[in-house]
Amino acid sequence: MTTTAVKKEGPAAVAPAPTVGTHFSNYLRRVRGGDIGALPAVLMLLALAIGFSIARPSFFTAGNFANLFTQGAATTLIAMGLVFVLLLGEIDLSAGFASGVCAAILANVVTVLGYPWYVAVLAAVVTGVVIGIGLGLLVAKVGIPSFVVTLAGFLAFQGVVLMLMKEGSNISVRDDVLVAIANRNLPPTLGWALAAVAVAGYAATQLLRYRNRAARGLLTDPIAVVLARIAGLAVILGAAVYVLNLERSRNVLVVSLKGVPIVVPIIALLLILWTFVLQRTSYGRHIYAVGGNAEAARRAGINVDRIRTSVFVICSTMAAIGGIVAASRANSVDPNTGGSNVLLYAVGAAVIGGTSLFGGKGRILDAVLGGAVVAVIDNGMGLMGYSSGVKYVVTGVVLLAAATIDALSRRRAAATGNR
Amino acid sequence: MSATPLLELRGIDKSFGPVQVLRDVAFTAYPGEVTALVGDNGAGKSTLVKCISGIYPTDGGEFHFDGRPVSINSPRDAAALGIEVVYQDLALCDNLDIVQNMFLGREKRSGIVLDEPTMEQMAAETLAGLSVRTVKSLRQHVASLSGGQRQTVAIAKAVLWNSRLVILDEPTAALGVAQTAQVLELVRRLADNGLAVVLISHNMNDVFAVSDRVAALYLGQMVAQVKTTDITHAQVVELITAGRSGNLGLADPGSNGTGAAPADTTPGAAR
Repeated sequence: MTTTAVKKEGPAAVAPAPTVGTHFSNYLRRVRGGDIGALPAVLMLLALAIGFSIARPSFFTAGNFANLFTQGAATTLIAMGLVFVLLLGEIDLSAGFASGVCAAILANVVTVLGYPWYVAVLAAVVTGVVIGIGLGLLVAKVGIPSFVVTLAGFLAFQGVVLMLMKEGSNISVRDDVLVAIANRNLPPTLGWALAAVAVAGYAATQLLRYRNRAARGLLTDPIAVVLARIAGLAVILGAAVYVLNLERSRNVLVVSLKGVPIVVPIIALLLILWTFVLQRTSYGRHIYAVGGNAEAARRAGINVDRIRTSVFVICSTMAAIGGIVAASRANSVDPNTGGSNVLLYAVGAAVIGGTSLFGGKGRILDAVLGGAVVAVIDNGMGLMGYSSGVKYVVTGVVLLAAATIDALSRRRAAATGNR
Repeated sequence: MSATPLLELRGIDKSFGPVQVLRDVAFTAYPGEVTALVGDNGAGKSTLVKCISGIYPTDGGEFHFDGRPVSINSPRDAAALGIEVVYQDLALCDNLDIVQNMFLGREKRSGIVLDEPTMEQMAAETLAGLSVRTVKSLRQHVASLSGGQRQTVAIAKAVLWNSRLVILDEPTAALGVAQTAQVLELVRRLADNGLAVVLISHNMNDVFAVSDRVAALYLGQMVAQVKTTDITHAQVVELITAGRSGNLGLADPGSNGTGAAPADTTPGAAR
């Protein structure tokens, strides 16, 4: 009670408690001030989805909707890891081929050496961790620019994949569990159950936070906005699960094809895990601090080198997981796994989602939203019958557009002093 | 205000290779008082501050804190004693908000989760205790703050930790007239709250506006440490530029000016 009284006189109480109206106008002001967050990605996603649906009705089907997830999964997972590196203003160009190396290790362990799937997955993830430690130490301790270190990694890992693939042949992955990751679906009821758990969990954390802050007399978002957020998540998840649970087999008598693809809960789990790490732990706070002002972080007693190394470890580990998903989806690993457009799609996904290339700004959700945009472009252009060449050009243009928006919003933010 | 100094340095020597930067420096800071540390560029102000904050080891001399002899070998030791330094470049992260900056590196946690409400409350109380009313929201990014507000956040960050001695390195150097007044008011309030404040400044107006004592360094020697009321503007300038002024300064190198003033009377600027 006394604290509330003190608070009333405190500086924070100068601002009146926000209503739905002021909350909305504050948001508009932030956007105009250059703090646009994921807005471009969401708008782009909507525009692309509507455009492709009109141009090609086959885009707007349950089957294609499910395809989008499995097509975009590997890119999105790698992009999640890249967000950590980008938050420090660094870059990891080797993430694509790092995922290739890890996938090659996976395939060798499970198919050539004949170990069970979990040993192979462990081997792949450990490979990712080791790669990350190596890159991270070179950047943080030796002080080589990350661009050069990871460019060297890009070349070297490409060679490693070739060597692991015995010069060009490919290795199939036939293990049931591994193949299931990107090719099988959850039973429809399990899909509903997971969606319900997700919404309930989100609602619980949001409402607890609201109550906790309100009880201490701190400013909270209006309850209507909190409830709207929960309802929004429930609607989106409900609609997605409903569509994914529709029968999408062309011939139900031969095989039934319905349910949420198994990669979706995997991505969701990692999204929650890494969001928690970035937003709710001091480690995550320190990543933002180092990305914003490394000198200030150092003076605050943060071990900057350790933070810098650790983000490369996270990035390469996520690349390993992305590689496992890619191997699962292709049922095999070949010398081009993790090559060609994988890295650029992943960087593009993170940047399109709203993660800044200048460091200090970005969220894990950006990787998912941006990954969705990239997947939609890739998928939709494929359906329209455009060649790979056109797809690359369009994706490149979109990446450039996202980076331009990032740079311009940064300038605008500097002008208005809004981050 | 108080007869026993919070921090007392005696005979501090510091050399970088062949260059002796501090020579037999004595320095005192009293709780509840603002001590202005003045001196020309290269006089050794920054070196002295870095010795106090544990960044540089001293070559010789004694530290007394709160009457007890102490040794400060690292910034951690200084922080443990309650010594905080606000550097000129402030060291704030633009992409973090006020609360996040104030707790940077020392976040409150419950388990592994950040305890945001507690941090926000403590930050609000600290700012309220300093009568800071210029910031709209504690969740504003520091990038959106004015120079004076940033200085305020940096100072609030320093006093958040029950610090007892706050050293401010030219807090008004980059500020406009109104903001300078705000920050000086805040500096005065820190001292009125019982902290010992050391203010490094080149600006004589600032020095005379808020300080209770003036300590002047000249070429690595403490040439005078006297009450602000006992000295004139011109005398301080002479001390800074020539190392002596009338009967103050190098003319009497033995006493080094410490304790020259009678204690216990608070100069007019304080109340």
